[in-house]
Amino acid sequence: MTDQPITAEPAGPAGPAPGGSRLSPRKRQRISRGVQYVILILALVAVVLLTNWKNLAENFARFDVAAQAFPELFTVALKNTIIYTVGGFVFGSLGGLLLALMRLSSVRPYRWIAVIYIEIFRGLPALLIFLLVFFLPSAFPGFEVPGGTYGQGILGLTIVSAAYMAETLRAGLQAVPKGQMEAARSLGMSHARAMVSVVIPQAIRIVIPPTTNQFVALLKDSSLVLFLGVTSQYVELTKFGNDLASTTANATPIMVVGLTYLLVTIPLGYLAGRLEKRQAKGR
Amino acid sequence: MAHAVEIKDLHKSFGDLEVLKGIDFTVDQGQVVCIIGPSGSGKSTLLRCVNLLEQPSKGTVRVGGVELTDPDVDIDAARRRLGMVFQSFNLFPHMSVLQNVMISQRRVLKRGKGDAERIARDNLEKVGVADKCDAFPPQLSGGQQQRVAIARALAMDPDLMLFDEPTSALDPELVGDVLSVMRKLARDGMTMLVVTHEMSFAREVADRVVFMDGGVVVEEGPPEQVIGAPRHERTRTFLRRVLDPTHSDDDVSGAGETSAQAR
Repeated sequence: MTDQPITAEPAGPAGPAPGGSRLSPRKRQRISRGVQYVILILALVAVVLLTNWKNLAENFARFDVAAQAFPELFTVALKNTIIYTVGGFVFGSLGGLLLALMRLSSVRPYRWIAVIYIEIFRGLPALLIFLLVFFLPSAFPGFEVPGGTYGQGILGLTIVSAAYMAETLRAGLQAVPKGQMEAARSLGMSHARAMVSVVIPQAIRIVIPPTTNQFVALLKDSSLVLFLGVTSQYVELTKFGNDLASTTANATPIMVVGLTYLLVTIPLGYLAGRLEKRQAKGR
Repeated sequence: MAHAVEIKDLHKSFGDLEVLKGIDFTVDQGQVVCIIGPSGSGKSTLLRCVNLLEQPSKGTVRVGGVELTDPDVDIDAARRRLGMVFQSFNLFPHMSVLQNVMISQRRVLKRGKGDAERIARDNLEKVGVADKCDAFPPQLSGGQQQRVAIARALAMDPDLMLFDEPTSALDPELVGDVLSVMRKLARDGMTMLVVTHEMSFAREVADRVVFMDGGVVVEEGPPEQVIGAPRHERTRTFLRRVLDPTHSDDDVSGAGETSAQAR
């Protein structure tokens, strides 16, 4: 694909007359656009001719294999993916809010703790954190993550998302105008009461669009539950697809799972965009 | 009887910048005191020191006999007796107008829902926005928002109202609505401390006018004296600029006086 435009390049300069021409800018623009279309068509023709369509369909789009994915694709895999993601999101948001408040605290050690946590867990690959969660029981004999496999998956996602949510929420808290806190304090509210009734609700409104994007990222990260060595009733989409692909020796289930992710992520991304636009208008 | 507000030797610095350089003055119960002066003169900072939104660097602030600058004072309890109205309204945008006026009655004074709502509606009625109870602040005009902010402060039954340039952020045609609410409050005997550029309001409503410049009180007295016949050159210069901006450079010392009367 990458070498396609290069081989077609010579056709480019042949189209528009070289520099210093008397062509009007409009004409030059039209020629340039024409050349771009020619390149595109050549590339498409090459792809169509060079691809082994039959082989591709055999491996990635076999309906009989795809049919085997149902109904567990939705009743087990998608359901579990959503359990892991929502769990990680809820606990991550609570942890993130706590970290954001610590980060803005007037007590210096709280700020340090928050900064250290955020820097560490934003800097580590999510996979590494899942591997650590997997080895937790051997580090603390007798310790078990509550909730079994669900608990482990949710814990891994919580650790990751809390770090990101903390930064988002901190930005949200700081985006609430100072006058709001002043007005609340002037009415006799304590600092804590003013935070709870006035500042935090507004901060949450501000961060809803970026948080929706974070939810999508978390949904994708939930695929890492694969590395926790889960049993069949706890599989999420990726492991489900991978397992089925192994048993059928065919990549179709992975395509099906991919489409299932998109079924959720694209509407969410669209929703985030709309929320963002609405907020921009409201301000 | 204790003064409603008693300020002694008040200093406030932001870093190296000394904004208030020793302010002394008092407000008596039922009085309306207007603070005027050029921007940067420290008048807003002074007002914000009265309810301790700014912590004074030195000096004492007493409100109703309670020393607010005492580190052991319960500042939240003290602020309940003080209503504050801001230049930028600072209504809570995520609550309806009614909720704005009810929230601190409920959370701070622990009033029941029915009581709080009745008091909120009474006060909104008083400031003339009773029909906007269910609207949200961003849907209101500036003048309406400011009147809701006044109702919100009044709902706490304050002993003293502080106004920080309450009409400076308003379109000119909306200023009158807010000023008439304030005039009515003054007539009802509310103790008020008002930072303002509205000279005609100060002239008509104030018992006393304080002119500040460069972090000190330059002159104070009844409005007919401070605005009508200022004794200090700095006051005269300021009034000339405020009252007749197009001729602010003219060197006519009586200009401020005549145009003030023309208003």
